[in-house]
Amino acid sequence: MDHIAVRTKKLSKSYTQGLYALDDISIQVDHGKVLVVMGPSGSGKSTLIRTFNGLEPFDEGEVNVLGIQIDSTYDERKIRKIRKRVGMVFQQFNLFPHLSILENITLAPIQVQKRRPIEAEEHAMHLLSQMGIATHSSKYPSQLSGGEQQRVAIARALALKPELLLFDEPTSALDPERVNEVLDVMRRLAKQGMTMVVVTHEVAFAKEVADQVLFMDAGKVIETSTPDLFFSNAQHERSRRFLNQIEKK
Amino acid sequence: MKQFNKLYFQLALLAAVFILLAILINNLTINLSRAGLEFSFSWLYRPASFALAEHPLPYSPSDSYAWALFMGWLNSLKVIIVSLFLATCIGVFMGLARTSNNTILNFTSAIYITIIRQTPLLLQLMFWYFVAFLGLRDNTFTPLKGILSISNQGIELLGLNLSSEFSALLFGLSVFAGAYIAEVVRGGILSVSTGQWEAFRSLGLPESSGLYKIIIPQALPAIIPGLTSQYLNLAKNSTLAIAVGYSDIYAVNDTVINQTGRAVESFIILLVSFLILNLIITNGMEIINRMTLNTNKYQ
Repeated sequence: MDHIAVRTKKLSKSYTQGLYALDDISIQVDHGKVLVVMGPSGSGKSTLIRTFNGLEPFDEGEVNVLGIQIDSTYDERKIRKIRKRVGMVFQQFNLFPHLSILENITLAPIQVQKRRPIEAEEHAMHLLSQMGIATHSSKYPSQLSGGEQQRVAIARALALKPELLLFDEPTSALDPERVNEVLDVMRRLAKQGMTMVVVTHEVAFAKEVADQVLFMDAGKVIETSTPDLFFSNAQHERSRRFLNQIEKK
Repeated sequence: MKQFNKLYFQLALLAAVFILLAILINNLTINLSRAGLEFSFSWLYRPASFALAEHPLPYSPSDSYAWALFMGWLNSLKVIIVSLFLATCIGVFMGLARTSNNTILNFTSAIYITIIRQTPLLLQLMFWYFVAFLGLRDNTFTPLKGILSISNQGIELLGLNLSSEFSALLFGLSVFAGAYIAEVVRGGILSVSTGQWEAFRSLGLPESSGLYKIIIPQALPAIIPGLTSQYLNLAKNSTLAIAVGYSDIYAVNDTVINQTGRAVESFIILLVSFLILNLIITNGMEIINRMTLNTNKYQ
């Protein structure tokens, strides 16, 4: 049990009768591993990882994150416990536009973890210099490029010293030449042993970093395998069709 | 050539309007002087010789009309300022309730907003005065002994006496404006993207501090212009004080006109005093607006 970071059992969610966003999903992610979730848009991959930190309620089944179990009854206390230990990075960065870069990062450590402002700022500056954007600390999000904003968002998630990081299409809103600066940061985090669940279309990243690839379609898990196997010899016709499509791009 | 014709035509039109105005004013002055009411403000210094139920500063019937009108203006100011404050509290609370996930809060706020916005303010003022306060008859309602007691004489709060007229007007205006402010607040909060909610929630921030630190600061630029116009409406609606017998500037003015027949001068005074009041509100809100825009350096 101790080695499991995330486990879902028979997780289901439907928006309208008979139409499933998540259909009977049972998966497991071990500590220190990277799971990459792939699939066409609307397949439920974002919905899935958003259930892990309680952003998305669900109808049936259960989710166990870092030993905290939640079910379809929305237990706010448990969900906040999870959120304090899980970081999330969004497609649209979602930085707080009215706060400086430094304030964006120190807000949660000071408010949630009650850390001393000076200590939180030192930690934030350390994270920013790791991301290569320490010089931007007093700027505002709108003054930064997309890639820089996403790196700030990663630093903000890391500031709470999370045990699990969730990435919801972190590079989909970026200019093509900005994608790698974000992926590089994520590669480094994976090397440092961070447990990560990443929704992405970046095949090269998945091949290099993932321990496991999960392919979803229409709310169902179509297949789970190692990246080597998935990208060279996908078992299902649906997966092969998807891979053909994204290779054409 | 065409341009010149246009200009001449406009000048001619302007001259015609001026001549018409001059004729009307001339006519008015001739008629007023026939009635012995030449345009003048010297009557303002004559004794008013009527009593005022409420006056924030010392006043007696032997004081001048000017002083009586000033008392009316202060009474207006008093009820407007307290109503602005109370209406803002009600509006912010109800606006937040309207956007909350709590079904009971949301439903209560929806009902409040619907009922208040769908009925006339005059009717609501009558309700507060005749039903809520005078309806108490000889009963005194004391929710907090020694702190708050409510009777048909008004409200007594910590030794502060609020007349029933003042209280009815205060509640009527605040509850009415509160419903509109709630909608302004709701609109402002909905203008902040859902991503901002998700971002603070996924950082483990509680709803209350997320609302206070993340959502409201971003909603303010959308709220303040709407809030300003609701404040101006509230100030102007305060003239309905006459319906519940509160001596505001309009009610005092009415008495003055009845006594002196100086309708033209009195209405000029009335218009100017509201102009001053609303300019104060508008400029005050403009300062607050600029302050919030300054803190939102991202714009």
